[in-house]
Amino acid sequence: MAVEQRRVIYKHVDEEGYTPDIDCYMKHGGYEVLKKAIGAKPEDLCKEVLDSGVTGRGGAGFPTGMKWRFLDRKSGKPIYLICNADESEPGTFKDRQIIYQDPHQLIEGMMISAFAIQAKQAWIYIRGEFINGARILENAIEEARAKNFLGDNVLGSGFSCDIVVHRGAGAYICGEETGLIESLEGKRGYPRIKPPYFPAALGAYMCPTIVNNVETMAQVKHVIGMGGSEFAKFGVKGDPGTHIFGVSGHVQKPGYYEFEAGKITVGEMLYDVCGGPLPGRTFKALIPGGSSTKILRFGERFTGKHPNTGEDFDWGVEDIPLDAVSLKCCGTFLGTGGLIVMDDSTDMMEAIANLMAFYGHESCGQCTPCREGSLWLNKMTLRMTGGAARNQDVDLMKNIADQIEGRTICAHGEAVAWPVQSHYNKFKDEWLDKIAHQGNGNGRYNPKGYPLI
Amino acid sequence: MSEGNAEPKLARINIDGKDYQVPDGMNLVDACESVGVEIPHYCYHSHLSVAGNCRMCLVEMGMPMRDRATGEPVLDDDGVQKIGWMPKPAIACASNAKDGTYIKTQSPLVKSCREGVMEFLLVNHPLDCPICDQAGECRLQEFSTDYGRGFSRYVEEKNVKPKRTELGPRVTLDDERCILCSRCVRFCEEIDENPVLGFIERGSHSTLTCFPGKKLDSNYSLNTVDICPVGALTSTDFRFKMRVWFLKPTKSICTESSAGVNTEVWSREGKIYRITPRRNDEVNDSWMADSGRALYHTVEAEDRMKRFRIDGQVCTLGEATLRARELIQVGTVAYVASGKLSVEEQYSLRKLVEKEPGRVTFVAHTQDGDGRLISNDATPNVRGGLVTGLIKQLPVTELEALRDKLAAGEVKTVVSLGEDLIAAGIPPEMLKKANLVYLGTHRNATSDIAKVVIPTLTVFEKSGTFINQQFRLQKFAQAVPGPAGLLPDVWILDMILAECEGAKCARPSTPQVWARMAEEVPAFAGLSYAKIPDTGVLLDGSAYAELPFPETKGWHYEPAAEPATASSKF
Ligand SMILES: Cc1cc2nc3c(=O)[nH]c(=O)nc-3n(C[C@H](O)[C@H](O)[C@H](O)COP(=O)(O)O)c2cc1C
Ligand code: SF4
Ligand code: SF4
Ligand code: SF4
Ligand code: FES
Repeated sequence: MAVEQRRVIYKHVDEEGYTPDIDCYMKHGGYEVLKKAIGAKPEDLCKEVLDSGVTGRGGAGFPTGMKWRFLDRKSGKPIYLICNADESEPGTFKDRQIIYQDPHQLIEGMMISAFAIQAKQAWIYIRGEFINGARILENAIEEARAKNFLGDNVLGSGFSCDIVVHRGAGAYICGEETGLIESLEGKRGYPRIKPPYFPAALGAYMCPTIVNNVETMAQVKHVIGMGGSEFAKFGVKGDPGTHIFGVSGHVQKPGYYEFEAGKITVGEMLYDVCGGPLPGRTFKALIPGGSSTKILRFGERFTGKHPNTGEDFDWGVEDIPLDAVSLKCCGTFLGTGGLIVMDDSTDMMEAIANLMAFYGHESCGQCTPCREGSLWLNKMTLRMTGGAARNQDVDLMKNIADQIEGRTICAHGEAVAWPVQSHYNKFKDEWLDKIAHQGNGNGRYNPKGYPLI
Repeated sequence: MSEGNAEPKLARINIDGKDYQVPDGMNLVDACESVGVEIPHYCYHSHLSVAGNCRMCLVEMGMPMRDRATGEPVLDDDGVQKIGWMPKPAIACASNAKDGTYIKTQSPLVKSCREGVMEFLLVNHPLDCPICDQAGECRLQEFSTDYGRGFSRYVEEKNVKPKRTELGPRVTLDDERCILCSRCVRFCEEIDENPVLGFIERGSHSTLTCFPGKKLDSNYSLNTVDICPVGALTSTDFRFKMRVWFLKPTKSICTESSAGVNTEVWSREGKIYRITPRRNDEVNDSWMADSGRALYHTVEAEDRMKRFRIDGQVCTLGEATLRARELIQVGTVAYVASGKLSVEEQYSLRKLVEKEPGRVTFVAHTQDGDGRLISNDATPNVRGGLVTGLIKQLPVTELEALRDKLAAGEVKTVVSLGEDLIAAGIPPEMLKKANLVYLGTHRNATSDIAKVVIPTLTVFEKSGTFINQQFRLQKFAQAVPGPAGLLPDVWILDMILAECEGAKCARPSTPQVWARMAEEVPAFAGLSYAKIPDTGVLLDGSAYAELPFPETKGWHYEPAAEPATASSKF
């Protein structure tokens, strides 16, 4: 009963003979949408995006058309567009393929977006580790400039906008849009307080700015290509279009797959698409949308009334349809679509320690709860996995997380707190069990004796 | 410049169920403070941009609910408009008071936020208040008693950071105590406009440091110490000299220039340990120059005069004033003074001049100001001389007229109130021949050859008022007693006057001088010493608008007239 992939964004990804140069892109119909768009009225393009209901793919899933509507157009200040190519959330590797294999798709999407919002200047902020990605993009920009798809007087329309590639220096927090803007401005990547610094009003250089994820920009091309209402027919209400799912961890065939939102369940994804668990293993846990989203435990059940269908549902993890609305019904998020799969060989205390090592390392250090809380959790889980855990640590961890959530400058606070809270809610028993058996101080929880990965 | 005339617009805000009126648009932290509700905070400072990083000021915030479609108020069962509370706590420091702001500062959630932030701030903090210089005036200490849980759940190793880093010539940093509030960073960037501080590393390992190759060596560097809420930044001059709870703060005015910076002089048992700025949003905000803070060292300087002398021989106060009267009455007398004198002293001198008439000249003490809080006039009170009617003209750099008169034998006696006449252009031989009466605090070439020397008190040892460049009348209080046997200058002048009049001296207190000045000095009509607020009273200086004062633009100061000979340096 395998569900077919519906490759829109990834249409040419990994395609034999497909190259990232502009000739190849144009041979496959590239820049036709831009040519069409540049003749339209910018307001109409914004309306198409709004009507499509397409949501941001950077993690928060905010409707893109709505975000564009928030732009402060009264200030008279120039409007800027930034493409967030910082892709750093653990478990997320979807933007990378677009950048490396089909960069012109991104550039076309960006130029359509830039024209729609009437941006004066656009940037691609790319994570420092994507060294080749940055080169590929720069090369693609030059190719596009030579054909007048960007730069001065784009295709004779009178609209001018350039794209500049800006490389980050390797900090996760520079993916947070206001931290990104600070970094772009040449400052320390400290996220800004909101209010008052909402990018749509006071963004880059205190001018109205739109920050969108790489995949979001690519989606915009297809929204305009097929029309907003047509786009809205795919996927589900509240989450139209396709999603790229990056599956990593304990499955036979990890990788990236593109499906229509809501048309495939977790079970189909993991068993049919990804070939099921490794030999002799069973699935234990799933982080559905990048490492900061709340974990699910195989075996638990989710019940309720689905807002889209109005019908009651009673799902196991395997039954959850992969769309933002359904995952929200199950108390977690689709996030970046990065599914991290853990099987029964996983030591859940090691798992949380691993996450805390990342978030403790990546907190920018600006605001107290996240700065101190994340390092505390990091040090604490390190100690706990080292065989010196105390029973009271378990509740303390949860309490520290509760003291962070909702009290920080940016959502990194939640990115620290949610894993702890959800792991606590679902795997507290395993933590306590491990503490009871940590005995020799070696402390690896592996009752079934699997070789540990 | 006018103040207090225009009624500020008020906003009605509700704090913990009670309605208050606060100035519209005021930062909520300040607005709450203005009605006596404390919102604990670290990073927020009224004179710096809002950083919002400490999260100590988290409160619950809400607005009265209105129906989205109709705009009608949404009422609860009792017919009272419902409040739409925000789902998450919000930082008070990022909002301004506006009509209909509802906040909760005492709810369980707010309490939990404060406990959480306090706990987080302390986990990597070296909890060694007993050996910390900030103890006693430390926000971390205060708020942990007021809002903390009082016990620790932290068993991990604390972070280790540099100790005793010299950031500059006057500031020492203990990074382990730093709570990363960025006040000092913002001060350097926004106020001093000389960004030299920043953080390196990330997360809880963030460490405050100077930019490579830079030092925190501006003349405003010590303000960072004042605003540091903890014991991270300390004054190298003051650190570990004295526990702050032993110190008594006295409100004073900085005499470094006519800017009239408001200060606090901290002393214990008659000894001054430090000077810090006192907030006055019309004059110096919360700031002062480092150089002004060092002025108290003059109190115990080597060349401080402490003995009354006649012809170099120690005498009593009575003998000195008697001899001064004799010399003044020998023939024509001339008086030399400056803006160093307080208003009261200038008024008392005027009284003496009225009895024993003579020409009064002020000596100019100009300097290169910094366009900020150090003006081009190195004396605090030239305008006092004008307002009290002691002088009509601005101070002069060279006493040419007096020199000519002395040479011609037309002036027999000179009374100098702290002025070095030799430095002001009168040859020593000429002075030696005249009858020179000297009143002042420190020795100089003139006092060395004076016939009568009467030592006086420094600004720290007496009370009075100055009128700054804005024509703002500001008072200073006595911080420490003067050297044994010395009396306030006003009394000395009053005693000499009494001698001349053959009357009894009155030894008037500052308020008593004010009672008389209020009647005789038109600009002071209706004022009394007690009535002058701590932040001063702005007088009408329009009568003097045409005078070419030397001051140029500075913080909170726009010159009224073209500055005098801006090009020529005295
Ligand atoms: C800690 C943190 C890290 C983030 N990192 C990324 C990132 O690497 N890439 C990205 O596109 N969005 C990232 N985001 C989300 C951005 O802040 C922003 O919401 C997004 O770029 C908006 O684009 P979208 O509307 O197209 O999703 C991050 C957010 C947070 C709080
Ligand atoms: S929440 Fe964390 S990452 Fe975000 S601003 Fe605060 S300290 Fe920095
Ligand atoms: S900074 Fe404050 S809390 Fe910290 S040791 Fe010093 S006095 Fe104590
Ligand atoms: S040194 Fe003081 S003022 Fe500066 S950031 Fe640290 S705590 Fe704040
Ligand atoms: S005072 Fe620090 S966040 Fe408001």
